[in-house]
Amino acid sequence: MSTLSDPPKEGFKISQLIYDTRYRSMTIQVIALILFLLAVGWLATNAARNLAELGKPLGFGFLAERAGYDINQKLIEYNSDSSHIRAAFAGVLNTLLVAFLGCLTATVVGVLIGVLRLSKNWLISKMMTIYIEGFRNVPVLLWILVVFGIMIEVTPPPKAFKGENPEAAMTLFDSVAITNQGVFIPRLSFTEFGWGYIIALLIAIFGIRWITKKAKAKQIETGIYPHTFLYKLAAFMVPLLACYFISNVFTKNQDRDFLVRSSGQITTLADMASADERFDYCLVGGNAGSLKGLSVLEEAGVTVRRKKFVTEKGALSDFSKEKCNVISVRESEADEIMAQSRLDKLGTDGTISRTVADFTTGNNIQVDTPELTKKGIPRFEGGTHIRNSLIALWFALSLYTAAFIAETVRSGIQAISKGQTEAAAALGLRSGRIMSLVVLPQALRVIIPPMISQYLNLTKNSSLAIAVGYMDITGTLGGITLNQTGREMECLIILMAIYLVISLTISGIMNWYNERVKLKER
Amino acid sequence: MKKSAFLGTAVAATLVAGASFAGTLEDVKAKGHVQCGVSTGLVGFAAADANGNWDGFDVSVCRALAAAVLGDPQAVKFTPTTGKTRFTALASGEVDVLARNTTWTFSRDVDLKFTFIGVNYYDGQGFMVPKALGVSSAKDLDGATVCIQTGTTTELNLADFFRTNNISYEPVPIETNAEAQAQYLAGACDVYTTDASGLAATRATFESPAEHTVLPEIISKEPLGPLVRHGDDQWADIVRWTLNALIAAEELGVTSANVKDSAMSAGKNPEVNRLLGTEGNLGEMLGLSADWAKNAIAAGGNYGEIFERNIGEKTAIGISRGLNAQWTNGGLLYTPPFR
Amino acid sequence: MTNSSNASYVRTEMLGEKPAPVGQTGIIRWFRENLFSSIPNAIMSLVALWMIYLVLSHVLPWIFQSSWNANSLKECRAAIKEAYGEGTHGACWAVIRERFLQLIYGFYPSELYWRPNLAFIGMLVALAPILFNKLPRKMLGFTALYPFLAFWLLWGGSVWLPFMIITGFVLGYVAFTMLPHYIGTLGATIAAFLVPVLFWLLLAGPFASGMQSIADVGLEPVESAKFGGFMLSILIGITGIVMSLPIGILLALGRQSDLLIVKAICVGFIEFIRGVPLITLLFVASTLLNYFMPPGTTFDIILRVIIMVTLFASAYMAEVIRGGLAALPKGQYEGADSLGLDFWQSTRLIIMPQALKISIPSIVSTFIGLFKDTVLVSIIGLLDPIGLSTNIRADAAWNGIIWELYGFIALVFFIFCFSMSRYSMYLERKLQTSH
Repeated sequence: MSTLSDPPKEGFKISQLIYDTRYRSMTIQVIALILFLLAVGWLATNAARNLAELGKPLGFGFLAERAGYDINQKLIEYNSDSSHIRAAFAGVLNTLLVAFLGCLTATVVGVLIGVLRLSKNWLISKMMTIYIEGFRNVPVLLWILVVFGIMIEVTPPPKAFKGENPEAAMTLFDSVAITNQGVFIPRLSFTEFGWGYIIALLIAIFGIRWITKKAKAKQIETGIYPHTFLYKLAAFMVPLLACYFISNVFTKNQDRDFLVRSSGQITTLADMASADERFDYCLVGGNAGSLKGLSVLEEAGVTVRRKKFVTEKGALSDFSKEKCNVISVRESEADEIMAQSRLDKLGTDGTISRTVADFTTGNNIQVDTPELTKKGIPRFEGGTHIRNSLIALWFALSLYTAAFIAETVRSGIQAISKGQTEAAAALGLRSGRIMSLVVLPQALRVIIPPMISQYLNLTKNSSLAIAVGYMDITGTLGGITLNQTGREMECLIILMAIYLVISLTISGIMNWYNERVKLKER
Repeated sequence: MKKSAFLGTAVAATLVAGASFAGTLEDVKAKGHVQCGVSTGLVGFAAADANGNWDGFDVSVCRALAAAVLGDPQAVKFTPTTGKTRFTALASGEVDVLARNTTWTFSRDVDLKFTFIGVNYYDGQGFMVPKALGVSSAKDLDGATVCIQTGTTTELNLADFFRTNNISYEPVPIETNAEAQAQYLAGACDVYTTDASGLAATRATFESPAEHTVLPEIISKEPLGPLVRHGDDQWADIVRWTLNALIAAEELGVTSANVKDSAMSAGKNPEVNRLLGTEGNLGEMLGLSADWAKNAIAAGGNYGEIFERNIGEKTAIGISRGLNAQWTNGGLLYTPPFR
Repeated sequence: MTNSSNASYVRTEMLGEKPAPVGQTGIIRWFRENLFSSIPNAIMSLVALWMIYLVLSHVLPWIFQSSWNANSLKECRAAIKEAYGEGTHGACWAVIRERFLQLIYGFYPSELYWRPNLAFIGMLVALAPILFNKLPRKMLGFTALYPFLAFWLLWGGSVWLPFMIITGFVLGYVAFTMLPHYIGTLGATIAAFLVPVLFWLLLAGPFASGMQSIADVGLEPVESAKFGGFMLSILIGITGIVMSLPIGILLALGRQSDLLIVKAICVGFIEFIRGVPLITLLFVASTLLNYFMPPGTTFDIILRVIIMVTLFASAYMAEVIRGGLAALPKGQYEGADSLGLDFWQSTRLIIMPQALKISIPSIVSTFIGLFKDTVLVSIIGLLDPIGLSTNIRADAAWNGIIWELYGFIALVFFIFCFSMSRYSMYLERKLQTSH
């Protein structure tokens, strides 16, 4: 190594490809690439031949066809006339929903359990140990089935809420119903100005951060951290209240009308109440105006059935397809639709008539509380329906993953040297503050990387939804669509690609976060 | 060659059940058993007992087939399949015949490239509700929570039914019958929908079946039958005519009790003679022995006996013949003549 | 000052030691320190006690006011009602009694139960020298032979088939050790791959059938459709983890290597497998895998599942081993280089033995994860314990039974996984002290 001499200049020989270290790695790589391509090619040709033999060559055209099945929990407008691709999309959103909820809950529960496991209280720490070992050592599929079983067997059916002396009652001031068909909770409805609240919330967050920053600066300057609670409260409340009052100015007097498709002449609500017909009301979920319309109808003694839609557009489209026959819209919109329907001669057989009910949207936040239907099959209507399948999946995944997170948290905390705790105690901090100010911030760096993989696991485990009939992407695209179209190859390719994208995105985001909180080594 | 090359490399060559698309019959004869795809468990149609012996209505068809082809009703092996895996199992040659209450539909027959060889059970999708619900027609089911078994035509029929009648419902998709039943009994769904036969079978296992009723509406046609792969007509013929032999035997009065009687075999009725192989050479035409149908009938009896033993009115399931009666009794069973 | 002892205020004799106050000793002290050290702590303890009472008061009567002797759910409920009075909801453990063997062995023929039993005992013996390094090293020979033996025991059939496969491996090894003198290391390595493959392709078939006709040694074959229950879970789990080990090692080495293309392939594979859920891979096994083989090939669903599970496990295994490789001090690599060992020699003789040893706890926890994940095969229709529970519930006699089956399955999984995780913790402690 001490003397450096040029290698002898020789002509290139084939054997050099193997024996000369300069070329050898290249040779190996080329061979590996060729072998890899050959293997992939072999698999691909086989697949192509087999599929051709079965008469179903690879093609994704089927995705645009009518799906034909219903999905119970949908975050976008979807019905059985929608396409398979829309069903898949609804499934992806459901996957993301349960993954998001699960990660959130798992983190909270996991950190709590992990901290409690180190508690000096013997009983508590033993209980947490049992919890962790119990959940970690039993398959998550079994937990999902167990939670699902509990939801179904232990909670009362809606009919138990009925009658003079019902066996079951709603909780939380009659606003939440826990049944074995799911949990019904109140739902906030906004007007068209709902996005204003998002802006207000953003302003509030920035305001609070700004106040914190100022306070920190003051602390550095004077050594005293000023009382900021009232300022922060103000920064939080003022934009939201402002939004509420300003948008109320617009909505309070916003006139709305009903459009009714009926064979009879309907011009007033009284006509509707006395009409011998069934009215289906197109309710736009989360829309205050639409909700107000429903309550106006009910006050007038009109019996209507709800049909829920996600967007006003979806509701109008089904209204024009005669899937529901009452809808409430803004006055200006009603004018447009009436003009349009005359053009399209939609109102020739049964007429679309406009009922002048003289009501306005009113408050721009309204609450839709669940209530038991008075007629027909006992069930809850209104509010948000959290289905058992979602609860089972969400809880089981959270509790299962929380056991792993708890272990991560525990080892993270134990990795912080005892001196840190003792030093903090010597400074006079109380144990709660030691944990939150000294130990956890340091432990976080150890905790985050394994936490990322736990989040990934949870997201992937959400595919077990299929066991409880939660319509996630595996249930829609990899389940019913696959069964009905018989396109295994295409469905599974898309399914895997979607999971891959989700996983890579999560790990990307979390790695970015990890980079941020990591100890900066300079 | 390629196939055998692969066999050599596969670590577990005995696990590799070779199947060629050309001659299922030779294949079956070579391996000495019929591989039959059944459901993972539906009372009365296919269920395994504690010893792993399969029994049921669909299973009997497989046993009859094994008896016809190999002369031994026990020479059949069962592959439990789910709604998702059944077609792949058949298409890939993993099973020789699929007898798993599968609905004969256009797209399955044509697009998925299968041959439905007949109908062994005429079914239709129905609804079961608790009597306490006070519903007498499916049109009153507005807002009901409906349990559906996934992986079948059920969810499509259901969506269509509710959409045409413009009533809303809450679908609860469930993988297995057992799970669906648990949910229905707990009241987590108001309605359970599946094929009427499945409803009857499920209802039969309830603690108090009288508290539940099957609504009069049948919302779909579900002709259930065994199916085989496209392109092997000889095998399709064998399965088809084995099923036909079972049906014809009932019509002609041939039962498992009298099929072995010499009087029956050499009787006066020429069609019986042809069926049982004492006259003509029907067996030879199929590539089977002359007494193929005799063996098939002896295995578990004729169609009527199989029906009565597994799902008939005397069993706990208690399905009446209805559409599945012989044409002479007002049903739809009508087999082409054996000649 | 001299005779201060005379002063009346100076104590001349010490008081005898008194026992600690009642509140500071024994059980009371323990209670005070561990349960009621402060008011919040006391509240937490009471809440915890209340929760424990709540759970136990529901679960214990259910477990113990039960019936073991009944042949159907109806009989069982009637027996419980009779024994413990109206309104008791006891467990029907009778279903476990009746279906116990089925839950363990699936539909494996009962007269042949000794074969899986023997295979299981063999497995413990084969694993012992790996898990406990005090045992004689010669036992590793049995470990190497065991996979073939277990395969033969479980599936039965001719003994010559596993024999031929072993022969192939032996031929490969012989080629690898004997040939370098003649055709160089690289040639020998290639030969070590080619010889067994050629042997299996061309000679093994005729040879095996020849031997079969001479000496018909074999066990009654059992088709894999009869496999089920915990036997199936253990089979899939163990096979998956064992076969994934070599693949995982190669992938880990590939991921560490400087060869860009090799690295890219390995990283791509690992990230792909780790990015998708196991259930999608099982769907591939149940519906797609046959499509990727030459037309006309079919193979058993269990084999297909094992293939996919192996691929799945090998990606995780690769990461575990990569962790082991990274944990080795750099000096080990440099030391190996300074001895003049080439890459494969240093990997084989120095790096891998140490890296694997460090990785054993992680390998065990990977195995626990995989073993738990085997229950997913129930979704594609295999009769693992959960699949069997569906099957049992489809039986008219046991229709409607849930918790007993889930409880039993959970308990068995818990026993397996808990003991394995304890073992891995013990190992971790042992490894820590050895440094």
